[in-house]
Amino acid sequence: MVTALGSTADLRRRAWDAAATVVDPEIPVLTIADLGVLRDVVLDGDRVEIAITPTYSGCPAMNMIALEIEVALERAGFRGSKVHTVLSPAWTTDWISEEGRRKLRAYGIAPPQATSSRRALFGEQAVACPQCSSGNTELLSEFGSTSCKALWRCKACREPFDYFKCH
Amino acid sequence: MASANAEVSETPLVLYALRRADDALILGHRLSEWCGHAPMLEEDMALSNIALDLIGQARELYTYAAKAEGKDNDEDKLAYLRDVRQYRNLLLVEQPNGDFAQTLVRQFFYSAFADLYWRAMMTSRDTTLAAIAAKSEKESAYHLRHSSEWIIRLGDGTDESHARAQAAVDHLWAFTGEMFAVDEGERTLIHAGIAVDPGTLRGRWLTTLSDVIDEATLTLPQNDWMQQGGRVGRHSEHLGHLLSELQSVQRTFPGLTW
Repeated sequence: MVTALGSTADLRRRAWDAAATVVDPEIPVLTIADLGVLRDVVLDGDRVEIAITPTYSGCPAMNMIALEIEVALERAGFRGSKVHTVLSPAWTTDWISEEGRRKLRAYGIAPPQATSSRRALFGEQAVACPQCSSGNTELLSEFGSTSCKALWRCKACREPFDYFKCH
Repeated sequence: MASANAEVSETPLVLYALRRADDALILGHRLSEWCGHAPMLEEDMALSNIALDLIGQARELYTYAAKAEGKDNDEDKLAYLRDVRQYRNLLLVEQPNGDFAQTLVRQFFYSAFADLYWRAMMTSRDTTLAAIAAKSEKESAYHLRHSSEWIIRLGDGTDESHARAQAAVDHLWAFTGEMFAVDEGERTLIHAGIAVDPGTLRGRWLTTLSDVIDEATLTLPQNDWMQQGGRVGRHSEHLGHLLSELQSVQRTFPGLTW
């Protein structure tokens, strides 16, 4: 049935597009393509193998994402697809697309900064408020509601907000 | 019931991965005991987040240990079906949470090492270990910053918090030597470029410790007698109690799945 869909390149594109509709269950405005979690789609006959990369070591969303990919591919007409995780190269927040960053900001989450600013043990971070864009913000807690987020507060508009930690 | 335990063929590589996996799992479990009990909400989330990172690292390391062994073990069997004497973690990480100072000093001693260790392991010739290191290194940097800030706050805080932090430093110090010990099997992995020699990290580890401890107005003990045994399965009495809780479901209902 799937073979009627078109050439291998077409098929691969359709499989990629289907997998790319899966969203992060904890940040539902971001797809796994926006996040850079979707790494590769390989066709083996009419079976699809999807490679994803884990974000944080203990992120409980990964199991759910893998399951949702299989469901999305079934819906798109691909039978018995497989999802496997690749560890190398390690995922970094630098892989989040520009589109993903824009969506994060619109959702009220400050997008991650470049990873080069991460190393200093007591380094100063400057994070702009996603609501009012003010740079007059302060860190409340480096560990937030999920492993990828820190909790900040804007001193200009007084709104607390999540910051997607650079990783 | 001895037959209910997983048997593991501990080649140097399997043992190496297993030791690091056990460190991460046991420390992660200890931190998870704070969930719902931490002194403030932000700290409850912080400790639970760190626990989650560590348990995630443990899963990857167990999966790799099982793959390197090539038998029918997997991450669950290695975590849930080995008894106390089969665990290979550092004595440091199994020490009870005690008060908040003791938990944070334990975390600080470990994170200051893990941060250096994982960064060095990123260039391991073993591509899986290098990939796990690349992820763990980023997480360890956060863990170190978190515990460092607390050590300073507690040490340079009130008389009470200072006394408790100093007591924790004095008590846990003797468990730090084990981080730098290397046996024959590990020596071969170091020569093969798979493992890093932890001895080469000790100077920088001590510098991190001294910087923070000084700022916290605390002092590091002068004595250098170190307690060892965790790496070969000789544990303090605390680990058995911890495992009885961690493994209770699998031990009560063997083979149970969700």
